[in-house]
Amino acid sequence: MSATDLTERSWEDRRAYTFGGAGDEGHTTRYATGHGEGGPASKRVIVGYGFWIFLLSDIIMFSAFFASYAVLASETAGGPSARQLFDKGSVAAETMCLLLSSFTCGLASLAVDRRNLKWTQLALLITGLLGFAFLLLEMREFAGLVAQQAGPTRSAFLSAFFTLVGCHGLHVTAGLLWLGTMMAQFFAKGFREDICHRYLCFSLFWHALDIIWVAIFSLVYLVGTVL
Amino acid sequence: MSLRRKYMFIPHTNATSARLGRLTSYAVHRVALTLLLGLGGCSTGVLAPAGRVARAENVILLDALAIMLAIVIPTLIATLAIAWWFRASNRKARYRPNFAYSGRIELIVWSIPTLVILFLGGVIWIGSHQLDPGNPLPADRKALDVQVVSLDWKWLFIYPGQDVASVNRLVVPAGVPVHFSLTSASVMNVFFVPRLGSMIYTMNRMVTQLHLQTDGPGEFFGESAQFSGDGFPYMTFSVSAVPEAQFTGWVAKAHGSGAVLDAAAYAELSRQSVSAQPFTYRHLAFDVFEAIVSQKLPPGPGPESRSATPVASLRPTS
Amino acid sequence: MFGKLSWSAIPWDQPIPLTAAALVVLAIVVTLAWVLIKGYGSYLWHEWITSVDHKRIGVMYISLALLMLFRGFIDAVMMRSQQALAFHANGYLPPEHYDQIFSAHGTIMIFFAAMPFVIGLMNFVVPLQLGVRDVAFPTLNSTGFWLTATGAMLVNISLVVGEFARTGWLVYPPLSELRYSPGVGVDYYLWAVQISGIGTLMTGINFVTTILKTRAPGMSYTRMPMFCWTALASSLLIVAAFPVLTATLAMLILDRYVGFHFFTNEAGGNMMMFVNLIWTWGHPEVYILVLPAFGVFSEVVATFSGKPLFGYRSMVIATMFICLVSFTVWMHHFFTMGAGADVNAVFGIATSIIAVGTGVKIYNWLFTMYGGRVRFTTPMLWSVGFIVTFVIGGMTGVLLAVPPADFQLHNSMFLVAHFHNVIIAGVLFGAFAGLTYWFPKAWGFRLHEGWGKAAFWFSITGFYVTFVPLYVAGLLGMTRRLQRYDVPEWRPWVLAAGIGVAITACGLACQIIQLIVSVRRRSELRDLTGDPWDGRSLEWATASPPPVFNFAVLPDVRGEEPYWEIKQRAMETQQLADEPRYEPLEVPRNSPTGFITAFFATVMGFAMIWHIWWLAILGLVAAYVVFVWFAWRDVAHYEIPVEEVARLDRARRRAREEWLAAHARVGEPA
Repeated sequence: MSATDLTERSWEDRRAYTFGGAGDEGHTTRYATGHGEGGPASKRVIVGYGFWIFLLSDIIMFSAFFASYAVLASETAGGPSARQLFDKGSVAAETMCLLLSSFTCGLASLAVDRRNLKWTQLALLITGLLGFAFLLLEMREFAGLVAQQAGPTRSAFLSAFFTLVGCHGLHVTAGLLWLGTMMAQFFAKGFREDICHRYLCFSLFWHALDIIWVAIFSLVYLVGTVL
Repeated sequence: MSLRRKYMFIPHTNATSARLGRLTSYAVHRVALTLLLGLGGCSTGVLAPAGRVARAENVILLDALAIMLAIVIPTLIATLAIAWWFRASNRKARYRPNFAYSGRIELIVWSIPTLVILFLGGVIWIGSHQLDPGNPLPADRKALDVQVVSLDWKWLFIYPGQDVASVNRLVVPAGVPVHFSLTSASVMNVFFVPRLGSMIYTMNRMVTQLHLQTDGPGEFFGESAQFSGDGFPYMTFSVSAVPEAQFTGWVAKAHGSGAVLDAAAYAELSRQSVSAQPFTYRHLAFDVFEAIVSQKLPPGPGPESRSATPVASLRPTS
Repeated sequence: MFGKLSWSAIPWDQPIPLTAAALVVLAIVVTLAWVLIKGYGSYLWHEWITSVDHKRIGVMYISLALLMLFRGFIDAVMMRSQQALAFHANGYLPPEHYDQIFSAHGTIMIFFAAMPFVIGLMNFVVPLQLGVRDVAFPTLNSTGFWLTATGAMLVNISLVVGEFARTGWLVYPPLSELRYSPGVGVDYYLWAVQISGIGTLMTGINFVTTILKTRAPGMSYTRMPMFCWTALASSLLIVAAFPVLTATLAMLILDRYVGFHFFTNEAGGNMMMFVNLIWTWGHPEVYILVLPAFGVFSEVVATFSGKPLFGYRSMVIATMFICLVSFTVWMHHFFTMGAGADVNAVFGIATSIIAVGTGVKIYNWLFTMYGGRVRFTTPMLWSVGFIVTFVIGGMTGVLLAVPPADFQLHNSMFLVAHFHNVIIAGVLFGAFAGLTYWFPKAWGFRLHEGWGKAAFWFSITGFYVTFVPLYVAGLLGMTRRLQRYDVPEWRPWVLAAGIGVAITACGLACQIIQLIVSVRRRSELRDLTGDPWDGRSLEWATASPPPVFNFAVLPDVRGEEPYWEIKQRAMETQQLADEPRYEPLEVPRNSPTGFITAFFATVMGFAMIWHIWWLAILGLVAAYVVFVWFAWRDVAHYEIPVEEVARLDRARRRAREEWLAAHARVGEPA
């Protein structure tokens, strides 16, 4: 047994252990970092993991809005209901914009991996334009609803609808601001490690927004108009 | 003895097989009650039940307390005993620095709370079903219907069958089940008469149901148990349980004096104010309760109706 | 131009708030002046305000907590004294004022005293116990702290400018809607809690990542100290529950600001939905508070019994069990809303089930003491006091979990006594135990034992004298939040509770005196080795206070109590192990991001409260700019040269060697 003390080998040394080395109790197998006994994870894993946890918390926040929508969906207070209001065409177009933008965001991720600035910026630009198109369509939809006396102050159902869909729209807006910042950073500083970590987070965010949109158009628009 | 019998304290039944068990538990409860009542006066509150619902709930509370004390008292004694015996200066205590696990102790330690909770779970399930506020009380006569509206900051009691209404004083015939339908004109409140039993929320646009019954005549204290604004402490009311003849007499007297409860009177009532004295309305111009629930009579207007007047000086003219 | 803000927002015509406001403003001005005159500004800015070091942030959190605990306690004194006076009388606080005081009391105690205290302890201790250098996201940590401070700031500003909410600490609608609360009070509450809630969420994310992804090599999950397990459970609860709070308060904000109808009486709003949503957050919140306190007790009881924690795996299971089940019981806060027997019964049973987890923990602590050599230091006194008192509080909780019993006790003083019972005995005693236990690690000297013990005895006596009468008052039918009452039977109990609060005030005074005396006598109370209590976990392996990098070389963890085993080996062999190979260390740079973001958040919150729209937009834009500017920085770390690392670590080793030489026998505490 080695006479060890608080300040044993650094963890970089430990990574060099081979199977069954040095008779160390409990260290006969090699562990990946960030798991069990393996020591702290790499920066990339830490950043990505932390952002995943944030995304899960954001999804829970959306769940609360979904729940309130479900509770208030029938409270139309004598005003218009989902079936009367929702325009499936517009929703389909918004969905296509967002799904395509996720695809181009994926392309941008590949370009970042290959450290190709031109394709990165191009893919990000298209992603941004598609996201912007989504927002324009959504704002048009909202303006149309307000114009026909179906704004969020009309009834509890409409309050819940505008809040849920609007919250998603706000997230998309924040995402676009972030996207612009990423484009600027790639341009100004290149593919530095921490900027690539940040981009990893952005792409997770963008894809998550897409998933939430799928839930929205299923539970709000499809259920509201078809069922 | 089934739990059913134990928890529905019905004065006039006589199931012979349950009598002994009931008498024993009754005796235990009486002793416990006397001890607790000795604490501080017994003319009010949960420990002085004056109605069948309150009495049944009292029994459940004391039984649950007994079950919990059976665990808690030994635990507290053990805590103090262990802490004292194993103090560092006590060299007689055996030092076992590696005693950090024992499968047997773990089993017991998980089992005791689990068993208690299983038992309590039964009490909870049965008690919740038997004493749900919406359950009509089994009786050999029809319940009296009273509609209750909480306003800012007073209580309106409407007697639809008698065509009268009363503010801040609830008169009921003693020993007769009363069926309450409750709503609120503005914010959430809770209708609560501690000696009679369950409380229930009142909310605008919604109707909650409650059934209570007094044992006999008496005066009881009622209050709101959900904070509802600056006038909240004034939302107390009195409950008078009177013999039936007296109740009929009170109804007749109410018919003979006071205002009519119409839209104008209601508008005045729903302004933020506190009521100095209880009073009655001699006639209901329409189904006021239904109008409040459906919002044909709009919800209370809030502080705009009193323009920053301090609450203590809010006494209406009536 | 200034929205609803005008000079009449200051309470010129109300002497009590005006005096309080004047005192607070005076205190702030004097403090700022003192700092500036003595030239501490630069030191504070560089060493504390912009610090991203978890130890500094932990200390700041606890300082905030202690300050707000004091403020919340003043509110409590005012409430108890008002009730003591207001039998058949108006007392000295009109309802308009009293209602703000009890709302502020609850809000401050939960959000700005208990939460920061617990989070502060987690901040300071968890990275040290995990054997790492800092949390996963140090600048995020700083931002989280300063956003919490923003919330506290806004609540205190309401004392001077405007008013606070008059609805209770959970702002139930429709009372909290614009129609029934047209003033700025509820808005102060909403923005303070919303902003600090975002800060808390950042903390939750940070600690989940830190505990799951950054631990010293060899520290598997089953070798993690119990405090880290409870910190993990609490952080998971934060991540899962706080978003619900954010969403719910956002809905109320939309109702009040833009005329939405989530919870209004009109247009289909559903006030019951608010109650459900807020308690979906609210119940996990109390476990967020109490689980780290349980962790503190696990550490303290083990250390001062001279034994490892009994039933470690069982404790872990119980902790995670409580963590999960805490999401299934929320409805017990409103059994009397008429949900029906089935729903009530299910939630009642779930609530009793959660008591199983806590019961297991109590017994494991008892068996930790069993067979030990218990030293009754101040932290241990708090722990034993906790066990006794919390068991009673838990019992009354289980009583309330039985719906038919709750039908008579909901919202009564019995309920108030119950939750104070569990929060004070659990969270507050745990916080004081943790504070006293880890104080020497943070500052290099212990707190004075005598005053600590006095504080304990006054506090626990004060607790019983205050709250046992309130249990009785509740049983006698007294409901909560009464500014005045006319029922004579309640009077003696309310008066007794007033005496109790005076005793508790003595306890608080003892705490303050303890701090002052300890600072003055710090050379006598010095912790020379870094291990004043004969500790068992890794934080005691560092110097007191630890260097900024915590560990010169990350420890290699072998067993469940890594430091204990190392210590035993050192004492057996009468020597430390060989000096390790030192390397230069990268340490995160300080950053003003957190402070500046929070500054603009305060501006934005204040502007939103008073409807100064241009200022709100400015604040929001500025906060965004700060983010981008932070993201633009090129250098995130600075390097500590190897000579410095070696010098600090050798000093630590020297202190340990001296101690070892002086204590030739095994098992002697430092």
